[in-house]
Amino acid sequence: MAENKGVLVLCETKEGKLASISTELLGGGSKLAKDLGQELAAVLVGSGVSNLAQEAIAYGADKVYVVDDPLLKDYQTDTYVPVMEKVAKQAIPQVLIMGQTSIGRDLAPRLAFRLNTAASLGCLELAIDPDSKLLLQTKPVYGGNAQAVFTTESFPQIATVRPKAMAPLAPDQSRKGEVIKIDAGLDASAVRTKVLEKVPEEVAGIKLEDAEVVVSGGRGIGSAEGFQQLEELAKLLKGAVGATRPPCDNGWVPAGAQVGLTGKIVTPELYIAVALSGSSQHMSGCSSAKTIVAINKDPEANIFREARFGVVGDWKKIVPAFTEKLKELLAK
Amino acid sequence: MNMIVCVKQVIDPEAPPASFKIDPSGNKVVPPAGVSPVVDPYAEYAVEAALKIKDASGGKVTALSLGSNQLRDIVKKPLAMGADELILLEDEAFDGSDSWSTAYGLAMAIKKIGEYDIILCGREASDWNAGQVGSGIAEILGLPSVTLAEKIDISDGKAKVQRKTDEGYEVIEISLPCLITASNEIGEPRYPTIKGIMAAKKKEPVVWKPADIGVDAAQIGASGRHTKLAKLFQPVREGKCEIVEGEGLEEAAVNLAVKLREVKVL
Repeated sequence: MAENKGVLVLCETKEGKLASISTELLGGGSKLAKDLGQELAAVLVGSGVSNLAQEAIAYGADKVYVVDDPLLKDYQTDTYVPVMEKVAKQAIPQVLIMGQTSIGRDLAPRLAFRLNTAASLGCLELAIDPDSKLLLQTKPVYGGNAQAVFTTESFPQIATVRPKAMAPLAPDQSRKGEVIKIDAGLDASAVRTKVLEKVPEEVAGIKLEDAEVVVSGGRGIGSAEGFQQLEELAKLLKGAVGATRPPCDNGWVPAGAQVGLTGKIVTPELYIAVALSGSSQHMSGCSSAKTIVAINKDPEANIFREARFGVVGDWKKIVPAFTEKLKELLAK
Repeated sequence: MNMIVCVKQVIDPEAPPASFKIDPSGNKVVPPAGVSPVVDPYAEYAVEAALKIKDASGGKVTALSLGSNQLRDIVKKPLAMGADELILLEDEAFDGSDSWSTAYGLAMAIKKIGEYDIILCGREASDWNAGQVGSGIAEILGLPSVTLAEKIDISDGKAKVQRKTDEGYEVIEISLPCLITASNEIGEPRYPTIKGIMAAKKKEPVVWKPADIGVDAAQIGASGRHTKLAKLFQPVREGKCEIVEGEGLEEAAVNLAVKLREVKVL
């Protein structure tokens, strides 16, 4: 059997470009490849994706495998798993990384079982152990109460990485690399699913994941009307509104506003946490924010251990005065 | 419609974070004293998904749980919610499983059950948050699968599954038999009714040992793992919060705004 070598990154595309998660993974992957003293390869799977190979090279790939087939237009387990199995058997990587996205979360475990190896999903950090040269896969467990480092002794070592956990390299358009086309070789009759429709989530204003400022509320906000006050503050700061799980479960805000292990991951410059306790579950979605500001009536709330600045007291008194003062300061 | 739902007993994830402790051996969590374990909340969504299908199309729901020391009062909850049968894969040999050995044990039990149209799992479990067992079972049994289901409709011998995606959702038609993992959007799990609780009390689970499902001890539990836990730790919190004060809360709020401006956060 050939020896497993190199790091392979599954690149997802979005609107005809590499998705941001893909450039992040190429950035992180190139560091892993360097630590192994091996090559970084990318794989593009989809329909009409061949032209993105050079972009993957610019972002750090030494080699790009391209599987371009109309049957791969939409992600389906039954098409992507056999294609990635084929790619993995040709590329024979030591490490295979994907994004913790709706594609990666579905594909990575099933592919790992097919290749008789293992995967870790939702990693925060990947590193190469200097002694064993194995991939150290760090991920939150127990709802963010703890973190675990896993290793796998079978190859490829597969991991999915959360968005924004890695940083892209500055693209270098002059970089050269090898492009290898692989035939999908799919049998359409073996596909047991059909994508009937795709419906994008409607977002008013700035997307939570892209916002520089996020104003989040917890159970203590108490109502949809309460969240309107957070909305006003967010609007003033050109930010977005987030929430912990209870406000989403209670319908005070849309489910898409949830920040946390089971919701979205945000990395804004400023995270204003209002009337939320700061459970591990929630913090694992926002702890990478540059500055956290807490407003909570309980001085013992965990959020004050995470925050840089805080005010202890009833948010209903604090938020309006805070918003007013900021309006005045920002107008200057 | 024959449905099998995989559930599991876990440490209560809603227990206060301060009660969360890691064993000095550094590879397992110490169950908090005085806090009863629960059925994994993610698995409860899968139970709810199965019961919704049963409500709409009829059928039989079998709950299947793998582990050791499964407290009957806890693991009977799916029965109390409305499931028809409970099968426990119970043996110390199942201890220390990872996604691989768990999926393998469950898949072998499902093979033994034999008749099924839909297998349901939670999208992950609240302890190790691995998110792989459902896909693993599907792969071992060679079934089509859809993960992260928000809604499931059955018609003409097929399932129409609304699947949560990063952009919104997609609707996938899938042939039966199949495996589906349920996401929280499926809807709040129903509370057991008094009648359900009484019925569950009277019902004894079927208990299977590794030999009953024809598995080799080397493929299950800790010896069947494909991953190694190198380290388990609690992230250190910095705890350098500057509390901004004032004469009354309004002034504190004003001072906070001024402060954020001063340090150029805003």
